[in-house]
Amino acid sequence: MKINNNGSQKSLLRFTTAGSVDDGKSTLIGRLLYDSKSIFEDQMEHLEQSSRRLGKEETDLSLLTDGLRAEREQGITIDVAYRYFATPERKFIIADTPGHIQYTRNMVTGASTADLAVILIDARKGVLEQTIRHSFIASLLGIRHIVFCINKMDLVDFSEPVFKDIRNDLARVADKLEIEDPHYIPISAKKGDNVVEPSGNMEWYKGKTFLRFIETVEIKKSRNGVSPRFPVQTVIRPQSSEHHDYRGYAGRVAGGTFRPGDEIVVLPSMLRSSIKSINVYEKYVNEASSGDSVTITLGDQIEAGRGSLFVPPGNMPVNSHEINIMACWFNEIPLRPNGRYIVRNYSCEANCIIKSVNYKMDINTLEKDFTDSSLTMNDIAHITLTTSKPLFFDPYKENHITGSLILVDETTSETVAAGMIT
Amino acid sequence: MNINNEHLKELENEAIFVMREVAAQFERKVILFSGGKDSIVLVHLAKKAFWPARIPFSLLHIDTGHNFEETLEFRDNLASELGVELLVRYVQDSINKGRVTEEQGVNASRNKAQSVTLLDAIEELKIDVAIGGGRRDEEKARAKERFFSHRNEFGQWDPKNQRPELWNIFNGRKNMGEHFRVFPISNWTELDVWQYIMSESIILPSLYYTHKRKIFRRNDVFLAWAPFMKLKPTEEVFETAVRCRTIGDITCTGVTLSGAQTLEEIVSEIAATRVTERGGRYDDKRSEAAMEDRKREGYF
Ligand SMILES: Nc1nc2c(ncn2[C@@H]2O[C@H](COP(=O)(O)OP(=O)(O)O)[C@@H](O)[C@H]2O)c(=O)[nH]1
Repeated sequence: MKINNNGSQKSLLRFTTAGSVDDGKSTLIGRLLYDSKSIFEDQMEHLEQSSRRLGKEETDLSLLTDGLRAEREQGITIDVAYRYFATPERKFIIADTPGHIQYTRNMVTGASTADLAVILIDARKGVLEQTIRHSFIASLLGIRHIVFCINKMDLVDFSEPVFKDIRNDLARVADKLEIEDPHYIPISAKKGDNVVEPSGNMEWYKGKTFLRFIETVEIKKSRNGVSPRFPVQTVIRPQSSEHHDYRGYAGRVAGGTFRPGDEIVVLPSMLRSSIKSINVYEKYVNEASSGDSVTITLGDQIEAGRGSLFVPPGNMPVNSHEINIMACWFNEIPLRPNGRYIVRNYSCEANCIIKSVNYKMDINTLEKDFTDSSLTMNDIAHITLTTSKPLFFDPYKENHITGSLILVDETTSETVAAGMIT
Repeated sequence: MNINNEHLKELENEAIFVMREVAAQFERKVILFSGGKDSIVLVHLAKKAFWPARIPFSLLHIDTGHNFEETLEFRDNLASELGVELLVRYVQDSINKGRVTEEQGVNASRNKAQSVTLLDAIEELKIDVAIGGGRRDEEKARAKERFFSHRNEFGQWDPKNQRPELWNIFNGRKNMGEHFRVFPISNWTELDVWQYIMSESIILPSLYYTHKRKIFRRNDVFLAWAPFMKLKPTEEVFETAVRCRTIGDITCTGVTLSGAQTLEEIVSEIAATRVTERGGRYDDKRSEAAMEDRKREGYF
């Protein structure tokens, strides 16, 4: 593979993979890494040795994706593993997540930073309960692009009708889940059909190969909507003679664009000011957009610090001490009804009480259960929180940063839940 | 090459975000500084994250005593240029105090002993966060590592029970005696690091460029020779043009036969290479789970 180091633009795509055990997820990833020459000689040697030790006939590319001793011993994936590969067009980060229901939380974790989700389906089995579950999680986390790979086409004689039937079933699921941009590709991960090279066995398929697709799919520039949002992480005060009165607000733009001269409102104090300068290191820049880590100075000496949010006067977020979320429970200790937790929304922290569990999702059937209000590990439910002070936030659909939060247990300090604001 | 390489920009934005979270969430903060390229990149990112202020972290070097002379000089100069505190703790002191026993034999390395010295330093200095240059592409146990990686009161990592880490909300809360390791360049590959060094014109120790050095071959790896190293009877020392691909403890750092004089040449070489960076690290060849085991014990 040629790496372009000649200065041309190369973008970054983060994707997550989900599939049930034996659908061929590891084989697909192994093939991508292998064909893009991202498996190095010493890793290959290592794989060959391990495969032999485990008594396998062929070198098992799926061993590449299991990182921990327990995973190798038990032959399962427990936690998200991150993989990297690049083609001349793009660099890819794969969050490889376990597909089993008892690891739903890890799927949610992997999906939280993904631009695209890959869901594998065994062509012999078609749409199963877990396919619905994986699709639901991808849509819950607001992943725009979902690629359904109908795998093991070699085992169904590369049949177009089989593919079409599954595609129609999937289209109904995608429709119900309001998935914006679903795609369907027939592949054989094992033989390589339509993974990197177009398949000679499926000339009826006119679409892109899997790799070509992920190389060319448009990455939505701002994942976080158009409303300008700037959460302050920390205040920079050099207190040196050269920068005596300097007071810079460090943060990463969470939506829209900011420019010097822009009028802003600082939340929660509601004080108005204007942007004096925007810096990236020593460089003064003309604008900062979603994703940029910058330092902003203001025209007035006003009170702002970690947890503050800069927004334009005409485009305010929601302000409330009651917040509705779709929550995924992560902890072994179940949710305590009316329990107290710490809530973190971007850099802003408060205390909160669980006011109500409104309904629980059966993520295999997409049914809502209004009778069960218990929440244990891997459960997904709609809940209402009451916070100790009003928070400023956006719906998750509009902004993944100002619209997401975590709940932290005060005594163990652990992250017990993740929430998407509805 | 140009700085406006989109993927490098995004990786930089992410790393700076993480650095600033560390500054905001912790008290006693250090960058684990080995003098290698990854830790030099960390320092560069910290400079960018907090300008015009001084970086809010001290540098902590766990010195095995088996150094390339030049890295120490580089380290001292960098610390004084930044005006930050440089803390050095020595593996030799841990050995003298009986905290750890020195490995013997030809493959003896102080790599594992470093964990003890590091954990002692963390306790002594009341460090609650140590920023490291670990990357997920380096090794399979590292592929599972969080950005904010929790360590219990014994300094241990529990890979099967890591805190979930969603979006970019990093939870650094902890109980007394616990600490965090933070890895801002988790998502960078070796090639990304080199391309970044090139695009930002970051100064590196000259060891990374081609130079003449006495080396010998052990199994498939070329190791730099130093007077205190024990050789096997079949091993022969010879001098040739090499450069370092990583810099760490001299006893386990492999060198690459190379004539690369510029960053452009190094980047081309890395892009074409077929062996991982850690393939040249003798310490990882010991067993399938060597890294996982060391990390559980408190390694970098
Ligand atoms: N015939 C055929 N077998 C496949 C294909 N993809 C994967 N397999 C086989 O299916 C089994 C499970 O694959 P694996 O990648 O380990 O599944 P995972 O559990 O989803 O990671 C292995 O024996 C693979 O060789 C395919 O496209 N065709």
